[in-house]
Amino acid sequence: MRDRAFSVTGLPGFATIAVAVFVLLYLPIVTLVVYSFNAGASPSVWEGFSLHWYALAWANDQVKDAAMVSLIVASFAAAISTAVATMAALGTTRQKAFRGQTLIYVMINQPLMVPEIVTAVALLLVFAVVRQWTGYTGLGYLILAHSAFCIPFAYLPIRARLESMDLTLETAAADLYASRWQAFRRVTLPLLAPAIAAGAMLAFVISLDDVVITEFVKAPGQDTLPTYMLGQLRRAMNPDVNAISAMLLAVTLVLLSLFYLMTRKRD
Amino acid sequence: MALTLEEQTGRDQVRRNWWLSLPALVILMVAAIGPLIVVLVYSFLTPGEYGNVEWKFSTEGWMSVFVTKDIFDETWKLADAHMTIFWRSVKLSLLTTALTLVVGFPTAWFIATRPARAKALWLFLITIPFWTNLLIRTFAINQIIRNEGLLNTMLLKLGVISAPLQITYTDTAVLIGMVYVYLPLMVLPLFASIDRFDMRLLEAGYDLYASRAQVLRRVILPLVKPGIVAGSILVFIPCLGAYVTPRILGGGKLMMIGNFIELQFGQGRNWPLGAAISILLLIVVTIALLFYVRAINGENRDA
Repeated sequence: MRDRAFSVTGLPGFATIAVAVFVLLYLPIVTLVVYSFNAGASPSVWEGFSLHWYALAWANDQVKDAAMVSLIVASFAAAISTAVATMAALGTTRQKAFRGQTLIYVMINQPLMVPEIVTAVALLLVFAVVRQWTGYTGLGYLILAHSAFCIPFAYLPIRARLESMDLTLETAAADLYASRWQAFRRVTLPLLAPAIAAGAMLAFVISLDDVVITEFVKAPGQDTLPTYMLGQLRRAMNPDVNAISAMLLAVTLVLLSLFYLMTRKRD
Repeated sequence: MALTLEEQTGRDQVRRNWWLSLPALVILMVAAIGPLIVVLVYSFLTPGEYGNVEWKFSTEGWMSVFVTKDIFDETWKLADAHMTIFWRSVKLSLLTTALTLVVGFPTAWFIATRPARAKALWLFLITIPFWTNLLIRTFAINQIIRNEGLLNTMLLKLGVISAPLQITYTDTAVLIGMVYVYLPLMVLPLFASIDRFDMRLLEAGYDLYASRAQVLRRVILPLVKPGIVAGSILVFIPCLGAYVTPRILGGGKLMMIGNFIELQFGQGRNWPLGAAISILLLIVVTIALLFYVRAINGENRDA
């Protein structure tokens, strides 16, 4: 090995550490998925392949309810946050900077900056009062809370796309006597569609994965999959939680891959 | 005062921008920013007997963050239990930051020095855990380090140990968990910084007879420092406010600030105290963020 060329960018041990990091990063997740197919309940002794835990999770009404709540909340939150984020992105890009623009940026990114536990406690206080005043106890609180913290995630890809978009097409549309709305509807929106879809997916994933805020905002019987899992962890060993985790992971992974395909720059 | 046409359209444009942003801002005001003001107000109220608050001004919530009243002689003394929790949070957050930096830097360097195609793949591999559920990842690491977990089972089989190591429900477990879940937050900004580092500077360094260590210390580290600062703050902030990881791996007894806040709104029944600690946490995080913004701006200026 002595005659190997001197590598300018190489640093001793760095590659080893990096590979070890990747292995250690994925080992627990892979183990979790593999053992969700374990016939036995042990997290470390393989007793043969089985879909037992998936069947168990599937047959559990609590899991079904939680999955339903998760889906409803994530769908509404993704739709709402993406709609308002698209509008906000249109209002804050591709023009001269205006007074208050920074304020809008800071407000939109606020959920990324405040510790989740603080927002969770704040919402707990406010919604407790609102619940008493209005008597409403539905999923609206969760949907509202999720919509808020999903906004920055929906906003980022849409804004990025708008900034890289060519203004000349819309100018051309305007030259051809298209009204502002027509130009938006027929030119801007189709060009923006992939970014909007990407933003919605990211918002959906973020909502689906949320634990802390949901845990504090939910009323009894409004468990989502993550809060259901958190509740189960306090009790004894539940390998069906492995199965639920694996399914959630699969959903996340599919959506993320789609997100990457949609936002990938065309070469 | 007559406005020129240009000024008028400019104003219309700005008004249109505000109208477009309004729905988002309203949602954020109602369900994110506004409630923080309520927390601030609650921190100055009197704790109710069964949780909740009485609408009377009081600084007791803030006082009891740091001191407690002795129930026998009514003297104030330092709240040791609170200090222990704050200290644990800060200590574990700093240790997590240091450890993620030590393993994250070589990882980021490795990714940044791959050929373009491989680089994109490695980067994708580090981003997946970043986006996947924190609860699931904590749960996954818990499965490895618990007494019946893979680690202990293997060590027992190999005869390295004769009884399972008790890792879960210790500070070490919380530390391992936080390093595991927050590592991508360190690697990504480090990568961004290293990726724009001009590798020709290394050649120059080696041409001038610098050793590897000298090049690392005198050339690389000073130039990627903004990335190091940014990554460190990005890891430190969520660590300090961590809730899920200490709850699962610390087992409820070894609280961090996040769990302590929850306790005040649950069994602790001292809402003003919980509110005061929340505001305190918010202030610390905001200060850390200001440093982060400065580091990022510094990097953009240098580039």
